[in-house]
Formats: sequence, C-alpha cells, structure tokens
Amino acid sequence: MVLEIIQLTVYGIVLGSIISLGAIGLSLLYGILRFAHFAHGDVMTVGAYLALAGVTGLGLPIWAASALAVGGGVGLAVLIDQTLYRRLRRTAPVILLIASVGIALILRSLVQFVWGPDTQVYTQELQMPVRLLGIRLKPTQLQIVAGAVILVVILHLFLTRTRTGKAMRAMADNPELARIVGIDTELVVVWTWVIGAALAVAAGIFLGMDTRLQPTMGWHILLPVFAAAILGGIGKPYGAIVGGMVVGIASELSTMVFPPVYKPAVAFALMVVMLLVRPTGLFGAPR
Amino acid sequence: MSLLSMTRLRGGYGGADILNGIDLRVEAGEIVVVVGPNGAGKSTAMKAVFGLVDIREGRLVFDGVDITRLRSDRLARLGISYVPQESNVFASMTVHENLEMGAFIRRDDFSGQLARVYDIFPPLKEKRASRAGSLSGGQRQMVAIARALMLEPRLLLLDEPTAGLSPAFTELIFEKIVEINAGGTSILMVEQNAKQALGLAHRGYVLTLGANRYEDTGANLLANREVAEMFLGG
Ligand SMILES: Nc1ncnc2c1ncn2[C@@H]1O[C@H](COP(=O)(O)OP(=O)(O)OP(=O)(O)O)[C@@H](O)[C@H]1O
Ligand SMILES: [Mg+2]
Repeated sequence: MVLEIIQLTVYGIVLGSIISLGAIGLSLLYGILRFAHFAHGDVMTVGAYLALAGVTGLGLPIWAASALAVGGGVGLAVLIDQTLYRRLRRTAPVILLIASVGIALILRSLVQFVWGPDTQVYTQELQMPVRLLGIRLKPTQLQIVAGAVILVVILHLFLTRTRTGKAMRAMADNPELARIVGIDTELVVVWTWVIGAALAVAAGIFLGMDTRLQPTMGWHILLPVFAAAILGGIGKPYGAIVGGMVVGIASELSTMVFPPVYKPAVAFALMVVMLLVRPTGLFGAPR
Repeated sequence: MSLLSMTRLRGGYGGADILNGIDLRVEAGEIVVVVGPNGAGKSTAMKAVFGLVDIREGRLVFDGVDITRLRSDRLARLGISYVPQESNVFASMTVHENLEMGAFIRRDDFSGQLARVYDIFPPLKEKRASRAGSLSGGQRQMVAIARALMLEPRLLLLDEPTAGLSPAFTELIFEKIVEINAGGTSILMVEQNAKQALGLAHRGYVLTLGANRYEDTGANLLANREVAEMFLGG
C-alpha cells in the first residue's frame, strides 16, 4: 500500500514534470498577452513529431532531434503570432482565444496529414526499468525529470538575471509602466513565444518518450496543463510548476481508486474547485 | 525654445475629448505645477505626453523634437521620465529591480546614479530586496520617484506624488522634489496639495474641463483671489 503510493507519486512527478513545462508557457503567455492559448497542447504535439522526424527521418540521436524540434517549434509559434495573433491583439481577448482554437485544429490536422493517425514511438528498444528500494523507474522517466529540472533552472536564471527576462516580468506585472520605462513590448511578446514554445516542445517530446506519439496527444494533455496553470495562479510561471506537480501526482494517485481513464477528470475537478474557492490560485490572495 | 511645449492639444480615450485645446510649457530648469478639480484632465494631459492618449489635434514638442505621435517606449530614450498617478511601481518586483527597470534603456554603467538615488531616499536602501508591492504607500511613492530618476531624466513628470501620504511624508516628498530640481532636472507636476505645490513652483497652471483657466507664476496664482476660492479652500 505505502509502496504503491510512493510508486504512483514517482509516476506523478514524471507526469507533473511534463505538465509543468506546458503550464509554465501557458502562464507566461497569459501574463504577457492576457489570453489563454488553446493551441499550446498542439504546439507540444508538433514539437514531438518534429523530433520524431529528426530521429526516424534523419537518423539523429534524440537530443539532437530535440534541439532541431525546439528550433522548428519556436519558429512556428513566432510565425503564427506575427501573422495572426498580432493583428488581433487590439480586439477583444475572446477573439484571440477563438483564433487559437482554430490554430489548434489546424496544427493537429497537419500532424495527422503528415505523420498519419497511428501511434508511433521514438525507439522500439525495450526499456528495462531500474529498481530502487522497491520503486520501478524507466531510464526515460529519469531523463524526463532531470530534463525538466534543468529547463526550469535555466528559465529561473533567465527571468531573474537577464535584461530580457526582467523586462518580461515587468511587462506581466504592469504593461503600461513597462512601456513608460522604455521596454519595447512587442519584442517582449516575441521572446515570450520563444520561451513558451521551447518549453512546450520539450514537454511534447517528453510526453512522447514517456508514452507514445499520437496526433491528439497535446490536445488530451491540454486540460491538465490548464488545470496546473490555474492552480498555480494563471500568469505566475513559478506557480505553474507547483500546479503541474499537484495535478500530476493527484492524477496518478487517483488510479488507486478510479480507473485510469478518469485521470483527466481529476485535473478538471481540481481546476473547478480552485476556480470556485480561490480563483487567484494556490499562492494568490483568497477571495 | 521651451523644453516641453503642448500646443492646443485635443484628444481623449476614444470617446468625447477630455483635453479641449490645452496649452502647457516647461522651460529648462523649471518646476511647473498643474492644479485643477477632479476630472479636469490633469492626468490625461500627462499621459498625452507619453503617447497614452489619442491625440486628435495639436502638437507636442520636446527639445525641438515633435513627439505628438511617438510610441510610449520611445519617450524614455529622449530623456523624459514619468511617474503615473496610479500603479506606478512593479509590485511583484523588488525595490532594487524596480530601480533597474528605471534604467532599462541605459547601456552605460548606472551604479553611480543608483548610489545617488539611494542617498536621496535612504529607506529604500534597507528595503532594496523587498517586493515593492509589500511597502507602505509613502515608500512605494519613493520607489516610483526613485525609479524615474534612474534615467537621469531632463524632464520628470510627476502625477500627484503626495496623494494619500501623511503631512510629514508629503513635506518630505516636496523637499526631495526641490532637491531633484536643484540638481538640474526640470519638473512638471500635478498636485492636489495646491498651496504647498504652488509655493515651490516657478510657474503654475489651473486646468478646468481640459483647458487652461489660469497660468501664472506660482506666487501670483497663490495670491489670486479666484484661484484661492476655487482650489485653496478659500
Ligand atoms: N483610461 C480612461 N478611459 C476613459 N476615460 C478616462 C480614462 N482615464 C480617465 N478618464 C476620464 O477622463 C476624465 C479626466 O480624467 P483625469 O484622470 O485626466 O482627471 P484628473 O484631473 O487627473 O483627476 P484627478 O484629480 O481625480 O486625478 C475623467 O472624466 C475620467 O473619467
Ligand atoms: Mg489625476
């Protein structure tokens, strides 16, 4: 029983790492642009498949394919922003939201068109789980958690030590004052897409490593990602990390009671309860 | 040539005009104070300088450069700093980071100015690692002014820097403003404490309904009976 809880918690941390990376980007984008980016999950999908193209098409090792996928995903996100979202920034936020739903559908269809609807994997090699004090863990799962930790540390250094990172925090805090001190806010927007998309691509690849690739993979994880961002207080990237862990661990632990198909329902329930009780998130002021 | 001149400015926030042909100017080295009833458009006039208002007619010139339709993030580069009336600090960032953001466009070494600003406002030095949002109103106002000074601006716009502060804090802020002006920075300031503010101003304006009502030296405005009845509590 105790061992099972620990085992599921460990799986929850793996899932939570993936969710967190997606939620950080969603939260950053919300903080800067004040809109919920519904295509974020499908950016994850595109990233995962771009890496697959690198692995199977070009025969690259996964890390090199990942770097390539990050570049591709970032380029795609900036392109979509500059050609579509940018024109809609002065309109009502709901229009941006609907536009992003449209983009989500387009990206998913494109992936399905290019790579087909069937599930695929990065490698056919069988993963031998390592055993540690009775806990089973696949090497890829260790890589996922380590990768997420490294990315979060890099993000933290970026936000607290660099000029652009501070400008990003300033703009999320007070956009008008940011302009007053001379920050080029359009440039900050582009940087936000770069960071948000890079983290989404990483999350997509990790999801593909942990399970399988499927054109709907990103769409299906979007709900837990949103739940994590809201739990952490939307607009707060650090909160999104905690939110991701809570959602990941709660989802895995729920399988002790409910069948695994209800995992997304757990995320949804957490999100609804949070919105009702404390809409500003775990670290926000209570209503 | 004036440092800043606002000529027959008309505009607002998309609806009816808030500014109805306002004229303002600041000469180099001056403290200019703007007073007027609530809703007169004082803050709107300040925002207009920073490109935050739709200007329909009129002209804004800073040091010979037409800034009428300049993007707000360009103004700092010309040497103008602005402390808005509300939300004038980055609440989630530390005092130190707020000051750094004030120097955002500076590519030179600004450690000297940082030390000078901490000298002007010693309490900020102790609070340098605190989040600006956690400070008292008076300290927040200090952060806002200190942030604006990091640019070593030629012109400083202050919108009600003493609003909501205790008399002692108000006195202190006014002292600092005179000190900053003595250091060579021209100041355009909106104030509710009309008596004190006009007392230290070189010139002043009384605005009503988005247009000039009176314009004179600070001393003359204080002596003007009509102005006294309108704004100085008789
Ligand atoms: N962002 C805005 N959008 C629309 N209308 C606004 C906005 N800001 C101010 N107004 C309106 O413009 C008018 C002038 O406001 P402004 O803030 O310039 O007055 P003020 O003289 O600074 O007043 P106070 O002494 O209260 O600060 C008011 O009628 C106000 O309701
Ligand atoms: Mg005002």
